[in-house]
Amino acid sequence: MSEVIHADHHDDHAHGPAKGLKRWLFTTNHKDIGTLYLWFSFAMFLVGGVLALVIRAELFQPGLQFVQPEFFNQMTTNHGLIMVFGAIMPAFVGLANWLIPMQVGAPDMALPRMNNLSFWILPFAFGMMISTLFMEGGGPNFGWTFYAPLSTTYAPPSVTYFIFAVHLMGASSIMGSINIIATILNMRAPGMTLMKMPMFVWTWLITAYLLIAVMPVLAGAVTMMLFDIHFDTSFFNAAGGGDPVMFQHIFWFFGHPEVYIMILPAFGIVSHIIPAFARKRLFGYTSMVYAVASIAFLSFIVWAHHMFTVGMPLAGQLFFMYSTMLIAVPTGVKVFNWIATMWRGSMTFETPMLFAIAFVVLFTMGGFSGLMLAITPVDYQYHDTYFVVAHFHYVLVPGALFSIIAAVYFWFPKWTGKMYDETLGKIHFWLSFVGVNVTFFPQHFSGLAGMPRRIPDYPLQFADFNMISSVGAFIFGLSQVFFLYVIIKSIRSGQPAADRSWEGAKGLEWTLPSPAPYHSFTHPPVVKDEEVLG
Amino acid sequence: MKNQLCRMKNQLCRIKRQLWRTMVGMTSLLLTGVAAADELNLRVGVTDISRQVYDLHMTIFLICVAIGVLVFGVLFWSVFNHRKSKGVEAATFHESTKLELAWTIVPTLILIVMAVPATQVLVAMYDTGGEDMSIEVRGYQWKWQYKYLDDDYNNTLSFFSVMSTPRDEIYNQSVKGDNYLLQVDEHLRIPTNRKVRFLITAEDVIHAWWVPDFGIKRDAVPGMLNELWTVVEEPGIYRGQCTELCGKDHGFMPIVVEVLPEAEFDAWYASKVSSELVRQGSFGETLSHEELMAQGETVYSTYCASCHLANGEGVAPVFPAIAGSAVAMGPRDDHLNLVINGVAGTAMQAFGRQLDPAQLASVVHYQRHAFGNDAGDMSQPQDVINLSNGQ
Repeated sequence: MSEVIHADHHDDHAHGPAKGLKRWLFTTNHKDIGTLYLWFSFAMFLVGGVLALVIRAELFQPGLQFVQPEFFNQMTTNHGLIMVFGAIMPAFVGLANWLIPMQVGAPDMALPRMNNLSFWILPFAFGMMISTLFMEGGGPNFGWTFYAPLSTTYAPPSVTYFIFAVHLMGASSIMGSINIIATILNMRAPGMTLMKMPMFVWTWLITAYLLIAVMPVLAGAVTMMLFDIHFDTSFFNAAGGGDPVMFQHIFWFFGHPEVYIMILPAFGIVSHIIPAFARKRLFGYTSMVYAVASIAFLSFIVWAHHMFTVGMPLAGQLFFMYSTMLIAVPTGVKVFNWIATMWRGSMTFETPMLFAIAFVVLFTMGGFSGLMLAITPVDYQYHDTYFVVAHFHYVLVPGALFSIIAAVYFWFPKWTGKMYDETLGKIHFWLSFVGVNVTFFPQHFSGLAGMPRRIPDYPLQFADFNMISSVGAFIFGLSQVFFLYVIIKSIRSGQPAADRSWEGAKGLEWTLPSPAPYHSFTHPPVVKDEEVLG
Repeated sequence: MKNQLCRMKNQLCRIKRQLWRTMVGMTSLLLTGVAAADELNLRVGVTDISRQVYDLHMTIFLICVAIGVLVFGVLFWSVFNHRKSKGVEAATFHESTKLELAWTIVPTLILIVMAVPATQVLVAMYDTGGEDMSIEVRGYQWKWQYKYLDDDYNNTLSFFSVMSTPRDEIYNQSVKGDNYLLQVDEHLRIPTNRKVRFLITAEDVIHAWWVPDFGIKRDAVPGMLNELWTVVEEPGIYRGQCTELCGKDHGFMPIVVEVLPEAEFDAWYASKVSSELVRQGSFGETLSHEELMAQGETVYSTYCASCHLANGEGVAPVFPAIAGSAVAMGPRDDHLNLVINGVAGTAMQAFGRQLDPAQLASVVHYQRHAFGNDAGDMSQPQDVINLSNGQ
């Protein structure tokens, strides 16, 4: 039957992409949209990176040298917002677009038109948010966590644009998630049961549910801000009977699952790369799936560990301390399973593998500082110091970001049909690895010594660590420009890649030609255990 | 021959001595290195709680280090030995329920071991009550107000503590002092060995009050009263900073607590309260233009200049200019009212709750006669009192 239909509409199926700008504006193709997402997130990554370098330049020495405190606050705020919502999240959605249809044996995403819309909202959202930096009174300057009332009564007038931008980003994320869930649940090739799905697909399925659960909560929080600012309500205004602490509860009920939204797909990526280069099946697939599900569940009941100093009753503090500590268990299971996958494998160390191993080691270090931060009585000393800054950069930069870079190198041959330059890739890895550690490791020390976050200037005893940190930041920043060079050079003049570009790579995507055809699987593939389970 | 031997012996001795000296030197260098390494770590502090917190921190840290050494050891052993280049064939095992159970249960047990001391220290920190004295700590953009709660004197003693590091040092025009960004015009003073309770709140946005050496930190939230306590054993000066982003000068509102021996504290407190009572009795006096301008300039630079700038130009649109403004050139009582009551829904605070009548009158007089403004009238402390009483 499908053969007949196929013959009738042969022309429709054979068409390739449209030409020129229209291809990108009107595309409903999962690969085109994936590409748009990835380039967009890379552009945002560079913008956010420039803001970070402004911060590090100012903090290179004590005293105010380059920027004023009010501008410095705009830099920290927008750096955080752009990196979280503009770089990391869209990059994962881009990877999902490229990979999920190929990994489940589908021709495209389930909802292609919505796919186009969910991407094209983003440039407008970020255009609006970044434009506030040039408005009278400046852009958002209240931290990426935008605690009320600093972000309401005391905010610059541009905050309204920020609220609208957050609404747009939320709408985009929700649409993207619905699309991913619909694709995974409806479009898997026959025979691919849930427990045979690739780990990247599993982690994104769970991530998409997290997004749908918490993005409306964020939308609620910013809407209440909007009402407080323009319609004289007092949700967060103590003078009118409101409660600034309620803002933090709502924000972190979104914010903590958000943290895992940025790391679960990374777990999925690493669970593909390590088995491929160890030439050995992923150890403990079932427990890996359950670990991700447990982390997702726990993410909803730990939010107030961001608020230990806000003043909660003892019982509340104890509950959030214990529940937070529990997260170490499923996270540990994942790390142990990756190491067991490597154990007695036959490993080689191409660029994606280097980034993946660095991910396991450095993410685990971020996990250790996370465990320390979970211990309420000592958290009082760490809270809002550079120790926290070091912690979350360790899980986000060599964590989430390294996994994205690893994924780009790993699937690059499938996407472009060309191999990247291995030597340049390795140089990029070592520069990034050194840069990230020189930047963020000393911040543990300045935090323990007592340096608060988000300050444009600091007492003299923190000078040495800040100088080292700033040098590292510039090394890291420049090495990402080098990444751009490696990618462009490889797209232009890379060697042709084999269909199964890596000796140990398993999964339906590697059964397709390289580069993958425009409509990935026009016929459902046969799902063989040794292919999908490795 | 004998002489030569002797000389050689001497030389050997000298070399030996030198070697010895070098070794001692290197050891002492190493020791200073370790001492300097203290600055890499959390401060032990000067209270029972801060020491408990430090010990807990070290316990958790060392457990993490031990786990890290073990886990990374296995990982790197595998990375170095299980390589294709060494001719290793990949094994085929891929699951083990026993292992999964083991690395679920063992970490859970380790977490329980961590949770026990953590709970004990937290419970100790929550042992409020039984205090010898209470101080209200109120955060403002960008300064702290300390009020000694004392029914005998109707809570008379209350003052602001504002950073005193000169702008020249911040803008690199003069050499930075020892306590750069950590010095204030007036220290909070507390006695040793008494249980001091701090009631923490804020006037405008959220701040956080932290003294690392006491091992205590709490957010100052508008509309909420948080509680902290401490008993300090060592007299001394202890410094901290605001740790919740609170706007432009978040980095410039340090906390300085001076701990005095009990008798010394009592003497200071008594004299401070009596001089405060005398000062408050003098608000009926009439001040000259020069007196008002002099006091007004001091008040302006402490309370107004961080937003409206030293030259009165402001930062539009959030912080309007005072130079040439309609308010500063308009009716005097409107100007006084604006400063006393603030402007709702903006960053302009109600200074009537922060400044006394003399300060309010002088700063308004200053604003009306500085930056090229020339209102040509007088503002006296008595005018402020009359306005506040609705006359």
